[in-house]
Amino acid sequence: MSIDKETIKHISKLARISLDDKKIDNLSKDLSSIIKFIEKLNKLNTDDIKPLTSIIDASLKYRKDEILEGKIREQILKNSPEKTDEFFVVPKVVE
Amino acid sequence: MTDLTNFSIVDLVNGIKNKDFTSEEVTKSFIKNAENSDKLNAYITKCFDEALVSAKNFDKKNISKGLLPGIPIAVKDMFCTKDVKTTAGSKILNNFLPTYESTVTNKLWLEGAFLLGKLNCDEFAMGSSNETSFFGNVTNPFGDKIVPGGSSGGSASALAANLTPATIGTDTGGSIRQPASFTGTVGLKPTYGRCSRWGIVAFASSLDQAGPLTKTVEDCALLLHAMSGYDPKDSTSVNIKVNDFSSNLTEKVKDLTIGIPKEYRVEDMPTEIDKLWKKGIDFLKDAGVVIKDISLPHTMYALPTYYIVAPAEASSNLARYDGVKYGHRSKGNNLIEMYENTRSEGFGDEVKRRILIGTYVLSSGYYDAYYLKAQKVRKLIKEDFDKAFNNVDAILTPSTPSSAFKMGEKKDDPVSMYLNDIFTVPVNLAGLPAISIPSGYDKNNLPLGLQLIGRPFDEQMILNLSLALQKRMNFKRNIKAWWK
Repeated sequence: MSIDKETIKHISKLARISLDDKKIDNLSKDLSSIIKFIEKLNKLNTDDIKPLTSIIDASLKYRKDEILEGKIREQILKNSPEKTDEFFVVPKVVE
Repeated sequence: MTDLTNFSIVDLVNGIKNKDFTSEEVTKSFIKNAENSDKLNAYITKCFDEALVSAKNFDKKNISKGLLPGIPIAVKDMFCTKDVKTTAGSKILNNFLPTYESTVTNKLWLEGAFLLGKLNCDEFAMGSSNETSFFGNVTNPFGDKIVPGGSSGGSASALAANLTPATIGTDTGGSIRQPASFTGTVGLKPTYGRCSRWGIVAFASSLDQAGPLTKTVEDCALLLHAMSGYDPKDSTSVNIKVNDFSSNLTEKVKDLTIGIPKEYRVEDMPTEIDKLWKKGIDFLKDAGVVIKDISLPHTMYALPTYYIVAPAEASSNLARYDGVKYGHRSKGNNLIEMYENTRSEGFGDEVKRRILIGTYVLSSGYYDAYYLKAQKVRKLIKEDFDKAFNNVDAILTPSTPSSAFKMGEKKDDPVSMYLNDIFTVPVNLAGLPAISIPSGYDKNNLPLGLQLIGRPFDEQMILNLSLALQKRMNFKRNIKAWWK
């Protein structure tokens, strides 16, 4: 299946990546060739196969819900492009 | 004077312990080489001043504890290093200073090593030629305008050019083994769960593993020992005893059975690679190994499966880059516009392609046709290996279908670039350990590697077989330092 420009626009919206028209053209070409490549899998009948969801046999372990390191707000905010003393800052969401 | 940068880490450790030379002398030698290597573009961040301080402190204290006493090591820029810029080769992490240290690098430092610098790689480890890095192409020391492979291209280039005594990389579909093959070095991808993924920039979480790149098999065993182990902070790391891979290393491999999978004999493969494969088989026979033809019937489906699973996981993992918590941020009139501009400007073309593929295969109405289908085929690929390992102890294949190619040659055709990982990707899908060892040269004097694949958590077996091959191959890394 080929990926048309409308589909590219839709998935780029879902992925939150803005694209100009030239990029959309190129991506439509690239993604179509990649999808064509991965559709080779359709040659294989997998009706009775259980999907592999994890390479490790054991199920994920539980652990106690406890605080091991706290009071690290400064560290968490350290790399933020825009912040106040205590918060991340984003463009205004509510008028 | 002896050039210390030619030494293996095993010899450097012995020399430092015996006081034949100091950590400072070792560190200075590598810094001198690295400072004259801008043409290779292997380093993103140089930590030379800090490394010299660490070396001097080590020499002053005069205690050689741990597996890597006084050894400077540069690492792929996918490992978070406390207060040292960690970029993953991306503009979006261009200014990121982690406030924590990855488990794997921390283990190296606890064994006495210290950080020499951060090495270039494909953006978010997505690439097979190190041409997708925001910080520019890396050059293969085997020739100008030749790619070093990827995604751990900076690591492989720095190692082969003696800019670091050893290094660590990450391997999601071949990112350690393919560049090792392209640069005449040893690269090992451990079993999934062997090394902690905590503090490594995530690409595809069900496939990613960290592993060593070294000059020799002995070095590989040593570094793997240092970096392996259970970590409660990584829920998929496995609590299993870590062997002393070095002490257990032996070339006595008599009576082991090695499988040769017929599906790895692909069309258009250069005859040199076929010859080299035969040479590997003969050398293993000489070591007393029994050779057996085997079949891994779903091999041809591995790459298409990988290019559903890996982008799907990547699109989810990379959703965190939103311009709010860390990293690059672009302007926008509202929150959504800010997200969209940040991610458009922050990610390069290949990363965008993979995020969009991942978003597409996971999107409503397509999930069953692509992602679920891929998980089912992944099961078949794993079962191929399970069955094979009932009859053989390890599997021998070429590492790559060609030697290192020219820059730009495959850049505009994503699928032809992906085909480079045809022999390495099945191993990641099945979570197995595999090693690439340098085995010879092609007609253009570019190195070629052979790959040994082992049972889960049996890295020792493939290391032993590699040692037996290394002794017989007698491979020499013939590099003139043309870049100086």
